[in-house]
Amino acid sequence: MLRIEDLVKDFGKSRVINSASFEVKDDEIVALVGPNGAGKTTLVNLISGHILPTSGKIKFLGHDITSASPYRRIKSGIARNFQITNLFEDSSVLDNVRICLFSVYDKINRGILSANYYRDITQEAEGLLNEFGIEAQKHEMPPNLSEGDKKVLDTAMAFALKSKFLLLDEPTSGVATGDKFKVMDTIISAIKKQKMACMIIEHDMDIVSDYSDRVLVLSEGNIIAQGKSEEIMEQDNVKEILFGVKK
Amino acid sequence: MNLKDLVLRPAFFICAGIFIGMLFLPQTLPVYQLMLIESGLTFAIMGLGFNLLLRYTGLLSFGHGALFATGAYAVGMMGRWFPDLYRIEILIPVALAASLIISAIFGFICVRHTRVFFSILALALSMVLFALLVKLYDLTGGSDGIHIDLPIMFGKSYDGVKRFEFLSGGYYYFLLCTCTAATILMYAIVKSPFGMALQSIRDNEVRAEMIGIRVRRYRWYAFIISGLFTGLGGALWSFVNGHVSPEISEWVFSGEIVYMTLLGGFMVFVGPIVGSILFTYMKLYAISITQYWMFIIGASLIAMVLLLPEGVAGGFVKLFARIKRANSTGVR
Amino acid sequence: MENWIIYLLNGLYFASFLFLTSLGLSIILGVMGILNLAHGSLFAIGAFVAAWIVGSFGDNSPIAIFSIGLLAALGISGLMGLVLEISIIRPMYRRALEYQLLITFGALLLIEDLIKMIWGGTAYYASKPFSVMGALSIGENLYPFYFLFAILISLLAGAGVWVIMSRTRLGIMLRAISMDREMAQAMGIRIGRLNTLAFGIGAALAGLAGALLVPTTPALLGIGMDPLILAFIVVVLGGLGSLKGALIGALIVGETRSLGIVFFPEIELPLLFLIAVIILVYKPEGLFGEK
Repeated sequence: MLRIEDLVKDFGKSRVINSASFEVKDDEIVALVGPNGAGKTTLVNLISGHILPTSGKIKFLGHDITSASPYRRIKSGIARNFQITNLFEDSSVLDNVRICLFSVYDKINRGILSANYYRDITQEAEGLLNEFGIEAQKHEMPPNLSEGDKKVLDTAMAFALKSKFLLLDEPTSGVATGDKFKVMDTIISAIKKQKMACMIIEHDMDIVSDYSDRVLVLSEGNIIAQGKSEEIMEQDNVKEILFGVKK
Repeated sequence: MNLKDLVLRPAFFICAGIFIGMLFLPQTLPVYQLMLIESGLTFAIMGLGFNLLLRYTGLLSFGHGALFATGAYAVGMMGRWFPDLYRIEILIPVALAASLIISAIFGFICVRHTRVFFSILALALSMVLFALLVKLYDLTGGSDGIHIDLPIMFGKSYDGVKRFEFLSGGYYYFLLCTCTAATILMYAIVKSPFGMALQSIRDNEVRAEMIGIRVRRYRWYAFIISGLFTGLGGALWSFVNGHVSPEISEWVFSGEIVYMTLLGGFMVFVGPIVGSILFTYMKLYAISITQYWMFIIGASLIAMVLLLPEGVAGGFVKLFARIKRANSTGVR
Repeated sequence: MENWIIYLLNGLYFASFLFLTSLGLSIILGVMGILNLAHGSLFAIGAFVAAWIVGSFGDNSPIAIFSIGLLAALGISGLMGLVLEISIIRPMYRRALEYQLLITFGALLLIEDLIKMIWGGTAYYASKPFSVMGALSIGENLYPFYFLFAILISLLAGAGVWVIMSRTRLGIMLRAISMDREMAQAMGIRIGRLNTLAFGIGAALAGLAGALLVPTTPALLGIGMDPLILAFIVVVLGGLGSLKGALIGALIVGETRSLGIVFFPEIELPLLFLIAVIILVYKPEGLFGEK
């Protein structure tokens, strides 16, 4: 589904991403791990189109999207969340999701009939909220939600965009430790149900091993390992990078 | 939510009641009071347009006087150059068309920039129009302006009729109906998916873009719709005032537009309507007691922003909410 | 040929007080992030103060009195700026930008009528310094010495601002704030006090510019509106926060105005605006600004 070929990103003189190449297959969940500053968020930004690469190619569903705008990429099926939740604070939880649905169904430009008239969209939004476990809060405003619920809503919105590929930047950061697994369960089961592909930046290795199909290890702009999480974790260079363990 | 639900809400009854009450005003009020209300109604239509941009799209325009002037001058120039076509059925669409063109141009220039630059860019554009209206004497009558004759309204000519008769007769009902229609239309727009999109742009434009909403384009659409309403207000006002002159495109009037909307409260849908009508009375009263009208608006604007940013209608809404909350939790 | 020299030199004259006004606006916008809609009114105050001083006392030694007028204008406008900042702008920092715009707009209305209250609605002429200085012959044309005087004062003021901004500790702090407010705060820089100062400096520059204008144009109600808009155009064209940008922007606008008055006399403001808009379409961040 997503193919990265020799992607390079320089910021001035420093090379932040160095010739990265990898693939994400349809309905695969890939975890992107690495120490701080390795370039994980930069890589996500390159895929979502918020920054453009210095060289290399990005191909999505066979099309070259290397220089496509974020808008184009969204329309072709790439969605992302943000590390700091980025919601519509003045709209209810339900409306947050409904806006996404209206946009996806290209009904966002309908100017005369009330939004409530579109029952099917409202029902779909409620269904989505239900799947993510936050239907009870549908009339709440985001500032009143817990961090975990905000993250879940954020992800639900990315879902509502019916994307084929989801980029999640630390979906459980800020969530109380006890809730982390619950949140991940919700998100991952929804992802698998929709058969979406997904790339998750995560720091929590337990989450990585429990939920991902494959792991990419990034260090100083280089992909130093990729493969199934159990195999990766045994490699010495990975252990050194992630845990500081030296042989 | 279908029509039945809408009709049964208390707000609907209140609005219907106000509308019916207003139908009787020509019989009960002296003519000069009626003219004040009519001015207020035209400003109300303008205020609705202005607030679409401010409250719902998050853009503060200090140049809306230009759009008001476009509608007003459209009527004036039609009267001057095409007197044979001086019928209200033609004048209003022409004014709307002129507003469409001018707001499309102004909007296109302004929405490309950040919100702060937008505001002053709108101001600058309105001053450009002002300069053109003043300088192009042959076309626009220059600083003398243009006298507005009474139009032929739906086949009936008002030749020889005095303006106050016209205004307390058929025109009042026409204006009231147009204002009501405009209010209903704006309400529909604001509650629609398009309205939601605008609000999401105001709320979080980065996220809105991420959801696939083309922010710049929608802001432009909002500007155009705003301009149409404002221009309509201007056209309707021209008959009430009897005269159009360049000052309506100047920054002072644009500032008054902002003021009116804030006075009524921009967070509430009916705020601009309340504010516009209140303002016409306020201004009349203030001008009669002092020549330092700008000082009063300036000082009260500052006071409002510092102390009561919700405006009058907004203040009421807040009060109701507080009362409601107090009642529901059993606190007396 | 000589006519062209005159047109260009006239443009320099326009550019000189445009430069001061836009520099002031740019400092306020850069350091505080506020677009000061009352900037034109501060310009007007400077104009009226200087015109009044020259008109009342300036018959005998007009240039000396005028210089006092310049200083007074600078001081009073600057003071007014400090007062404004402390009283009404400071409470607005936490609020959305629109509220700040509204507050400065309220100040604009207030000051306009304040001027009316103090000085009435008549025009204040202060042409003595202009006529006393005489003119320079360029071919068949005369170029007033006063124009050179104004250009000199502007350049001096501009140089003064540059020295403050780049050589003094104060200036470095101000620039730090305009580059990254949070960072500056984290480093312990007292934002509040410096904001007030920045506003005062910006206001003083506007007042000085207004004062420089009055020997050629009488002080009238509403005199500040055009300078406000033109200064804004200069800031937008030249790019925000750039002294060089303000200088070049002022030159462009000043020259365009001068040539516009000669060749398209009725519509030089709309024409100027059109040019600015075209430039902005291709370079929204201005000619020298950062995106």
